[in-house]
Amino acid sequence: MSRSRLYNTQAIILRRVDMGEADRLLTILTPARGKMKVMAKGVRKLTSRKTGHVELFTRVQFVLAQGHTFDVASQADTIEPYVQLREDVQRATLAHYVCELADAFAQEETDESELYELLANALQWLCSASDPQLAVRYVEMRLLTLTGYRPQLYRCAKTSVPIDVDAAVSKSIIFSAYAGGVLSPDAAKFARDGVALMPQTLNLLRAMLSQPFEALSALHIPADVHFQAERALRSVLAFVLERKLRSAQFLKQLT
Amino acid sequence: MNKTSSLPPSVARLIDAFAQLPGIGPKSASRLAYHLLRAPLEHSMMLADALRDLKARTKLCSRCYNITESDPCEICMDEKRDQSLICVVEEPLDVSAIERVRSFNGVFHVLHGVISPMNGLGPDDLKINELIARIAKQATSDEPVREIILATNPTLEGENTAAFIQRKLAASKVSVSRLARGLPVGGDLEYADEVTLSRALEGRQQLR
Ligand SMILES: [Zn+2]
Repeated sequence: MSRSRLYNTQAIILRRVDMGEADRLLTILTPARGKMKVMAKGVRKLTSRKTGHVELFTRVQFVLAQGHTFDVASQADTIEPYVQLREDVQRATLAHYVCELADAFAQEETDESELYELLANALQWLCSASDPQLAVRYVEMRLLTLTGYRPQLYRCAKTSVPIDVDAAVSKSIIFSAYAGGVLSPDAAKFARDGVALMPQTLNLLRAMLSQPFEALSALHIPADVHFQAERALRSVLAFVLERKLRSAQFLKQLT
Repeated sequence: MNKTSSLPPSVARLIDAFAQLPGIGPKSASRLAYHLLRAPLEHSMMLADALRDLKARTKLCSRCYNITESDPCEICMDEKRDQSLICVVEEPLDVSAIERVRSFNGVFHVLHGVISPMNGLGPDDLKINELIARIAKQATSDEPVREIILATNPTLEGENTAAFIQRKLAASKVSVSRLARGLPVGGDLEYADEVTLSRALEGRQQLR
């Protein structure tokens, strides 16, 4: 194998599928090349030098060799093992979800350095945050922002009328994934879908847009605010992912 | 369009059946089917008998959930074995692996999988509740469970499962240990990942 066919990259392991007797096909996210599939040979044997380095949700320094179908892991060294995720099923389940999201949004052969940085931070937050659910909400919001689907939270998504949280103290505010954000009371009457938000929930969502996670992580979020924020963000994600899926199917029909 | 559709149905059926097996693709499936087609009739008959017996004669041991022909299984019935020491493994194959070493004299508990959100497998899909019940039932016997060794694989799912069981047993009097995951034999220290290395340090043995 000639040297020129080897290259270095950092990566986070998003998923793995067992292949053959002892191999694994890894789906990884890299900063400069986006999402890739990489073959790790022999890693299911306990004697493999690479085994511990290519486990799910670890951040790894790879030396990859260009291959015909898949590039092959020639060397792997752990940068960050995110050990707490192995000790806690709840946190690991959230990490699964976050990695699935990253997998769904990441492109192949594209610079994904921002998404990569977000995911690396997300796994760290999931290890250490006292409220890991809040970390997931924060990641969802950041992911939507990164990929161009940042919800409109300050003005009505239909009429651009400013939405004042204080004025809405007595009422709830309607959030529509279809419209792409919050709606004024007038626009809300004609909304096709909607999640009702309390003012505190809107404030939390706004803070996610403007604050670093560390600033939010100290907050105590009441359960109902949590629930509403989750519903609102999930509704946008479902809407966006469905559209992405449909465009992928459409592209397939064209080619 | 199915590739095997131009074949005689009996051949296509066998190829399809082989292709369902883990690690076998369409090519290997065809190769196996044609091998049997050319091999003496006895070979096929032996295989057919083995396949039929596999399901007809085996069941799960009602105590350890290992695969067995007699219930309780031979290991559970062996009077020389220490019933107070239970080694918890993911799959029946892991029992065979540990038995090969011949240095373990306790009994087993087979989980039949690991907690895996990706595959939709939760604690209730495994034999974890059965393990808890087994410990509780044995507590009133003359040989209560003294120690549980968690011997799940050193994968994320295996570690998660071990941590989950450990927490479940935290309140009980049973001592819980994790299989010491040392450095692989034949491996160099410098190639070990952080998790393996720190576990190897935790699991170090006093020599003197
Ligand atoms: Zn048994």
